[in-house]
Amino acid sequence: MATEDKKVKLVLGFAGAREEVEITIPDEEPVPWDLTTQFSVVGGKHPRSDAQAKVTGRAKYTHDINLPGMLFGGFARSPHAAAEIVAIDTSAAEKIDGVKAVIPMQQERVRYAGQPVAALAATTRQALAAGIAAVKVEWKPLPHAARIEDAMREGAPVVHKNQQSNVTGSGRARNDERVVAELGSSHKVVKATARTQVQTHSCLETHGTVAQWKGDDLTIWTSTQATFGVRSQVADALRIDESKVTVLCDFMGGGFGSKFGAGYFTAIAARLAQMAGAPVKIMFDRREEHTDTGNRPDSIQEMELGVSADGKLGPYSVKLTGTPGIGRGAGAANPMIYDFPRELRAVSQTEVATNAGQQAAMRAPGHPQGSFALETILDLAAEAIGMDPLEFRIKNDSNPVRLAQYEEGARRIGWKNRRKNGSATGRLRRGLGVASGTWGGLGGPSAEVDCRIFKDGSVQVRNGSQDIGTGTKTVMAVVAAEELGLPLEKVRPFMGDTNDPVGPASGGSTTAPSIAPAARQAAYLAGRELKALVAKHLGVDAAKLLMKNGRVSTAEGKGLSFEDACRLISTGEIRARGKRRSNFKTFRGGVAGCQFAEVEVDCDYGLVRVVRIIALQDAGIIVNRLQAESQVNGGVIQGLAYALHEERVMDRQLGHQMNANFEMYKIPGMKDMPEIECVLYDVANGGNNTSVCGIGEPTCIPTASAIAGAIHNALGVRVLSLPMTPDKVLAALATKGAGK
Amino acid sequence: MQQHDEPTERVSRRGFLRGAGASLAAGGVVGAIQSDKAGTATVEPALQNAADVVALSFVLNGKPVAVKVRTGFTLLETLRDHLDHTGAKLVCDYGACGACTVLLDGVAVNSCLVLAVECQGRKVETIEGLAVDGKLHPVQEAFIAEDARQCGFCTPGMIMSCKSLLDRKAAPTHQETAEALAGNICRCGTYFNIQRAVDRAAKAKAGGR
Repeated sequence: MATEDKKVKLVLGFAGAREEVEITIPDEEPVPWDLTTQFSVVGGKHPRSDAQAKVTGRAKYTHDINLPGMLFGGFARSPHAAAEIVAIDTSAAEKIDGVKAVIPMQQERVRYAGQPVAALAATTRQALAAGIAAVKVEWKPLPHAARIEDAMREGAPVVHKNQQSNVTGSGRARNDERVVAELGSSHKVVKATARTQVQTHSCLETHGTVAQWKGDDLTIWTSTQATFGVRSQVADALRIDESKVTVLCDFMGGGFGSKFGAGYFTAIAARLAQMAGAPVKIMFDRREEHTDTGNRPDSIQEMELGVSADGKLGPYSVKLTGTPGIGRGAGAANPMIYDFPRELRAVSQTEVATNAGQQAAMRAPGHPQGSFALETILDLAAEAIGMDPLEFRIKNDSNPVRLAQYEEGARRIGWKNRRKNGSATGRLRRGLGVASGTWGGLGGPSAEVDCRIFKDGSVQVRNGSQDIGTGTKTVMAVVAAEELGLPLEKVRPFMGDTNDPVGPASGGSTTAPSIAPAARQAAYLAGRELKALVAKHLGVDAAKLLMKNGRVSTAEGKGLSFEDACRLISTGEIRARGKRRSNFKTFRGGVAGCQFAEVEVDCDYGLVRVVRIIALQDAGIIVNRLQAESQVNGGVIQGLAYALHEERVMDRQLGHQMNANFEMYKIPGMKDMPEIECVLYDVANGGNNTSVCGIGEPTCIPTASAIAGAIHNALGVRVLSLPMTPDKVLAALATKGAGK
Repeated sequence: MQQHDEPTERVSRRGFLRGAGASLAAGGVVGAIQSDKAGTATVEPALQNAADVVALSFVLNGKPVAVKVRTGFTLLETLRDHLDHTGAKLVCDYGACGACTVLLDGVAVNSCLVLAVECQGRKVETIEGLAVDGKLHPVQEAFIAEDARQCGFCTPGMIMSCKSLLDRKAAPTHQETAEALAGNICRCGTYFNIQRAVDRAAKAKAGGR
């Protein structure tokens, strides 16, 4: 088969700004979709391929795997936030009726409450609980600092053994001096310190694994965002060949970034299973999920911004501080998005270790916290120079997609009727706010997909990574159905088995844009083989054959139905492998979005009710409009939760999380819902053969900031700390009353 | 030395209920078991002879079942661990999330807060029993059409709460729907779609489905 490169012309961009580009692609790549492509399946509203399994209870999550003779595994955990382990004795636990295996997790000391010290497996939950209670540990409790403010204090207990202080990072930036000087000569300078809270991922399906050995072969069911990552990490931890490990994840109940790795519990489940000679299931309970699976770090962001009289952004100094618990990495994405003069930014980052579970990537890591602070300083700057906050943003944002979104969003929310900050009166005051988001989300290698066409005309697409609930399975099927000219229900997608082709970890909103192009190429190559059979059979030129409306035929109609064509397959099936290649020249990097919020604040009680959110989102070429809208709704709702509800509360004296449950850790419910208007922008970015982009993360970035802006507008005073609970709203109102 | 870090568990409502359940079982419930057919499922062999194991029978999705349980077992763990009905999920273990919602004599309950022995002789409906002869219930169809789930983990509980609501009210207002579903958490944030699904299912039922 020819492998010459081909040149193709594409029309990229979106309705508001089109551009023509010419790119060179290899022969085995289909011509990328663009703004001129006429779709029959792509862009429709399709129920998900696995919807029926999920609404009937047939969908089996790791949580639901019950194997014959399976043992329950779990952990004995530290009751102390910091302590030395003088001695650990598991002999009594081993003698408990039903306890089949115990692994002491040797440690000199523990650094957070809930840190595991021993793992056990037992025949029943009750025997497991008895075994855990029988693990004897002699502790020497140490002083601890579980909250960032405690850990930053002079003379605070030091979390990590060989360090002088909990604080790392100088707090200085390279061009501090220049920025300070420029601030001194700015037209106006605004200062603010914004704070954000620690948020937990709170996956409904807790972290967990079922491990089963058959001889030397290990099968792992696990609730994960990275089947292939788990395979290599487990093989590595157990020092066995990767070829002996199969990782399965048919369904998983939420990850949001926290299920990116195997976790210590997966290898331990396998070890316990080996010791006991029986399969072992470990599922965390809710407390363990809150305290020992990661969290979004908090932040303290001290900002100084200079602006010109005509509303252009000037010198900007940001001092970022956050705690990763006992882990590493607590950055906030500040600044982002807007056109700050690059040489006039001074950003420093300081991390503060605390006696708390370590941070983990959480939906748009660093961005919601950075956005909250950044949009705060922008609103304050606009107010200081007497400019409308939307106009201020438009003046400082050059992204063409977002500029179109600002205009449309303003129209939809009625921005022109927005009152001046603080001019509302009475008990219930309304306000409007706006904020922006951006993301990468264009994906890349490595992802491979198999497309199989069977003799009876049925089709499979297969990839071994996971559908974390975002609908990747359905995305694969839609893309392949479009390419093969079939109705969606003819294509069955499979994911979640590492014996299928390799795929990415689900992070950075890259799964769909990595896998969709591979799925399309796989279908294209399989279809090309089928066309060759038809061409030979009918004596026509294969290059003239199209696959459309369930037929393989020429434009003039000479051809066969897809099913008749498949009868020509003599090899059992056609199987083709599509491979994701690097991104082509794109229309524009980044995935643009912005959100508008309307709130109503009850000034007697400090309660904030979000009335309406308009979410405008660049969504690439939209594969399935129904699930794209769901993604946006989900991002907005998690953003609202971040704005008003969620916060990990650590007790200063005990060092424990006080709300490691779903009663006091507030996930919003049905009654907290605003009206959400989702406006999707179809953007042909040309980055891959489908222009699919990921929108899981960008949609949760600006929500809290837009809500904060709306509260500011309603009250005329800024709430500078998340979550914006009634106490903080009333405190802010009180400062205004004090004559500010 | 007790070092398992579960201060809340020791004083949990269910801990209290477990104690109450044991005394309940010692009273009338055990007597009612005598007429049972042979058990269809059992607890682990190790527990067969434990003093607090009782035989229990109830109607599960229209079919009689008999199962041996410890008096402290919740309905949820009985369904999931011993009757292979894993639709209802254990999420908070505390009655705070609704993922384990099933119907007990037609009333939506958190099955993590119901002792199995309380169900003796009663009717339990779970997500697995909602479709009849392969035909989906209107709520299930509406959840598919409105994409009212993402990861799907809250879905079985959410659907059972919706079913219970629509059994009581043919055309609930949005306020009533929000009240009825206030105990069900969806972490993916599909409430908006769920509201639309309830509206759609109510219409479908009114249309004589």
